[in-house]
Amino acid sequence: MEIPYTVTARPDTGLWNAKVGIWLFLASEVMLFGGLFSAYVFLRLDASPGDWPHGLLNVPVGTMNTAILIASSVTVVLAWAALKMRQFARYKIYMGFTILCGVIFLAVKLSYEWPDKFSHFGAKIREDRLEKYEEFLGNKHASEKGLAPRREITGHLHNHEALHDASVHEYEVQLDQVNAAPTDPQSDRPHFWPLKRSEKIAHIEKEDVELATMFLPKHNTFFATYFTITGLHGLHVLGGVLVFLYLWLPMGTRLYRRNPEHLANRVEVAGLFWHFVDLVWIFVFPLFYLL
Amino acid sequence: MDESHHDTVAIDPHGAPDDHATHNVAKHVRKYLLIGAILVTFTAITVWLSYVDFGTQKANITVAMLVATFKAGLVAAIFMHLSSEKKLIYRILIFTAFFVLGLFFLTYLAWYDPVTR
Repeated sequence: MEIPYTVTARPDTGLWNAKVGIWLFLASEVMLFGGLFSAYVFLRLDASPGDWPHGLLNVPVGTMNTAILIASSVTVVLAWAALKMRQFARYKIYMGFTILCGVIFLAVKLSYEWPDKFSHFGAKIREDRLEKYEEFLGNKHASEKGLAPRREITGHLHNHEALHDASVHEYEVQLDQVNAAPTDPQSDRPHFWPLKRSEKIAHIEKEDVELATMFLPKHNTFFATYFTITGLHGLHVLGGVLVFLYLWLPMGTRLYRRNPEHLANRVEVAGLFWHFVDLVWIFVFPLFYLL
Repeated sequence: MDESHHDTVAIDPHGAPDDHATHNVAKHVRKYLLIGAILVTFTAITVWLSYVDFGTQKANITVAMLVATFKAGLVAAIFMHLSSEKKLIYRILIFTAFFVLGLFFLTYLAWYDPVTR
């Protein structure tokens, strides 16, 4: 069956069909991410002071990934332009680079960023026991400086068995800098380059803790929204990479030989999807990494 | 709107593009590179601004969202060719904008409490 209007415009819409199709799809995507972002706004506005953590994500890595996505957006539009000018060799190079960028983005996310969170521990101290851990929390200092109250002690968990073994009564945590020296002005604000973990160890009794887990979605609302939104975004990156691969491999070459304009149009609609994924990331990056 | 955009230029699907169309696309390549550079620069600016104290957290978020909206606008207008697109696409997007704003308004309603405010 011949698909109609793949290269010529349909008389009533003035557009080739896939163009209308991708925009209708992107409209539904706006609603999908819109729903998640409005949930984020709702949850964040409702969070009590000190319950929305800052500085837990690696900003240099996030910045690098942002630049990688932007670079891939440029190269995919250059790949399309190369096809329009019938420069197939150039198309292959630009599209190859775009695929590489998408793969690097996902690799950073899955091999470094997420696992780094899964191996980071946090214990939320019960309201009535905060005093006991003042040396790690520095709430007196925080309230003097007008900073949000601190209720959590974070770092590297030495005794993992404490998470599931009821006979272990305390967590042994190698503290993050913010809890090792909470009154140090360095700890007042997040830093671009993450501070090195201290050598200091804290013993936190289980009965003083409201909730203690690794940085998983269940840890707090911040991580729940972070993993949901970056997870869905990551799936979109994966989807884009797969479509680009399809257009880059021999299938693309065959289509180019048969009808170069058809391939150019396919690259254009796949590119529109890719730019949308980039556009979502433009909002995700500041909302989760910076603010 | 400029309806003479490059992607609406008629090109013989089976043959080489005409010189006019090729020239039109070639002209845009430099623009795409420039926009890419602007986007990376504004990413750096966003990061820098997040460490500047604008008084309140809300002010910092507002500034960051303004920069993000500007960047998103560039991506949509230039990379996604929305600066010169056919009417039908704009119609679809007007509906989308209406519904997504409605969605955020619902969030606001859920948060807004007239009884205990």
